[in-house]
Order: sequence, then C-alpha cells, then structure tokens
Amino acid sequence: MPLSAFENTLARHNLELTRGETTTLQINVGLTCDLACRHCHLEAGPARTEMMDQATTEAVVDCAGRFRFAGIDITGGAPELLPQLPWLIGRLAPLTPRLIVRTNLTALARPESAELPDLYLRHRVVIVASLPAVNAAQAESQRGGGSWETSIATLRRLNGIGYGVEGSGLELDLVANPTGAFLPTGQAQSERRFHQDLQRRYGIAFSNLYTFANVPLGRFRSWLEQSGNLEGYLRKLTESFNPCTLPGLMCRSQISVDWNGFLYDCDFNLAAGLLHGRQRQHISTLTELPQPGTSIPVGDHCYSCTAGSGFT
Amino acid sequence: MDTYYNPADLAKFGDIAKDAPDLAGKFFDYYGAVFAEGALTEREKALIALAVAHAVQCPYCIDAYTTGCLEKGSNLEEMTEALHVVTAIRGGASLVHGVQMRKIAEKLSL
Repeated sequence: MPLSAFENTLARHNLELTRGETTTLQINVGLTCDLACRHCHLEAGPARTEMMDQATTEAVVDCAGRFRFAGIDITGGAPELLPQLPWLIGRLAPLTPRLIVRTNLTALARPESAELPDLYLRHRVVIVASLPAVNAAQAESQRGGGSWETSIATLRRLNGIGYGVEGSGLELDLVANPTGAFLPTGQAQSERRFHQDLQRRYGIAFSNLYTFANVPLGRFRSWLEQSGNLEGYLRKLTESFNPCTLPGLMCRSQISVDWNGFLYDCDFNLAAGLLHGRQRQHISTLTELPQPGTSIPVGDHCYSCTAGSGFT
Repeated sequence: MDTYYNPADLAKFGDIAKDAPDLAGKFFDYYGAVFAEGALTEREKALIALAVAHAVQCPYCIDAYTTGCLEKGSNLEEMTEALHVVTAIRGGASLVHGVQMRKIAEKLSL
C-alpha cells in the first residue's frame, strides 16, 4: 500500500508517530446529537442512532477501574443524549482525578438535561463546551440557526452555579473551531478576545479557551469538496506542518473507545476507521495499556493536529 | 497569460527576493515585525490591512487579509465596517477638497 502524504512527511523529517504513556481514556458515547454542525468530523446529528448500550458502558467503567486514568473524557455526539450518562458519571468520577464531559451547550439546555449541571457540580466534572465564535452569525453558520441564544443562556446558567467563575474551582473550558476553510489563530490571542467579548457583551466567564483546526473528515470534508475548498485547505494544513507538535499529540497519550466498545488512538482515527493496533479490539479485552513505542496508524487528516501550534 | 492577476501568484511573493535579496530580506523582516502583536493585536492589524488593501485595490492583499482577518477571529460584520472606514476616508478626502474648489470659485466669481 502506498504511503499517505502524512506518512511521507513524517519520513522526510525522520519521524515516526508512536504511543507514549497512556494517561487518558476518551469515551465516545455515540453519534446522536441535537445539532448537525457543518464541521463535524463524525457527521453526528439528530438522525444518527448509534449510541453506547448499557453493557458497553459497563465494560468502559470496568476498564476505568482496572487502569486508573489521569483523565477521562466523555464525548459524542451529544453525551447528554445518552440515557445512562448520570450513571456513567457517578461510576467514573471516583475513578479519575479529572473527569471531562463535552457539550455543545444546546443539548445541556434540553428539558431531559435539567438535572445534569447539578450532577456535574457534585462530581466536580470539568465541562468542555463548543463555541466557535463570539458572534451569532459565525457561530450559527457552523452550528445551525437558533443555537447561539441557547448556548449563551447555558453558559450563563453554568456561570450561575459557579462554573468558569474564578476561584470556584469549577472548570468551564471553551473549544473554538474556525468557521470555515481557514486555520485558527494563536490560542492566547483568541482566549483574550473571547474573555473580553463574552464578559463585555454577555457577562459570561470561562476558564480556558482551546482553538483547534477543523479536521477534513466527515461533514466538514463534504463541505470542503462541495465548496471547492478541499485542495486549498489540505495545502494549507500540509504547509503548516510543524514537527515540534508530535511529542504532545493527544493520540500518543489517550485511548479512545467508540460506542461499540472498540479502541482507537484518537477520535479522528475513530472517524476515519483507523483502529488502535490496526485490529479490532474490544475494551473488555484490554488487559494492559498500550506499550510506549507502539505505532499509531495515520492518515492525511493527521495534518490537522500538526498544523501550527498543533492539536494536543 | 489570461489575466494580469493570478491567485496562485500570491504564493510567489518571495520570488521578488531573487534579484535583490538584501532589500527583500529587509522588507520581509520589517513586514513580519509590523504584523506581530504589539500595542495593537494581530487581529486589529489584519483589519487595518484589509481596509488599506481595498484603498490601494490590491487583489493579492484583499485575498491575503480576508483570510487573515477570518483566521485572527474577525467576522464579516467587523470586516465590512473596516471597509466603510476606508471608504469614508477616501470619500471624505475627495469631498474635503471641495473647500479648495469653493475658495477658487469664490475668488474667480463675481
């Protein structure tokens, strides 16, 4: 099989992407989501029915008990739409010092999510929320009409119980992906601006902002193709390759499990169908963590994580 | 050549160094320093550059700084307002010369 462009780039720099020490378990609970964001690499949305069942959820909890990860990161889809999410949080919280739940903010505003913020508070869950921009037009161009007001209301509600408020110890982080076929700016600059604008216009506080390049997979790749931006975007990612990002890439330190219980090195490889160890392995059979030095399968989507200051 | 302006030529800007490397080096060093974060943020500088690009009507600069503004976190509302600033100054620069016109006309007229 010919090498992908990314593999060639690694070879040219005399680099290999291998696993380091595994410290984080990422749990993708499924593809059901109340939004259908145009940049979603998983093509999650309201019409998707793939969700983790109770038996797989129990296998994930067993795994978390066997290895004691420094961090556990629950993502989706919209994790709020997993009926057993409260059960999962209750079981995982004692097993890790840092339990993260991702949210698109709108799913957290649904009536069936009403009890979740207090549950998060009780378990000191770290909330990581998507918010691509500090204005409605750009945010809704990515996430859909009507999402902005709901997102702002949810952020205010989270601030109201202490999340993101300095000194509370309750972490509320934001994640911003560019709203188009361009790369994100430096994280520090963006974070300053988000702090200023959200505080000034909406009285909203948060802890940290993370900016990430969009990954040319799934719905975002389809949009790139349809809009004639694919070639230019891939060129931009390729030209922005920064070998210094490799040691800190998240795929080196996390193990990602999908809704069926199968393992990947990261959520993007999950979307691309690149299995951890290049074979189907169920989380229930994971008897030891991946050995440092184990090779990580890569594809051209990996350029997204190595562009500029990287996606770590 | 179908057109004087080809978007792909923007990436060849560095070629200008080929026959005058010292001067080009000085220019590109200066250019980089100008756009680095200082008293103004990189985002604010990109908005100024976008406005000036329209004033000097440089297609390369409009391409580069439209992308640059989006990458630095600006939105179309801000970018359009920046264009109105430059338009106001360009229009104002014409209109304010009406003072000269009026002075001359008044001097020549009965």
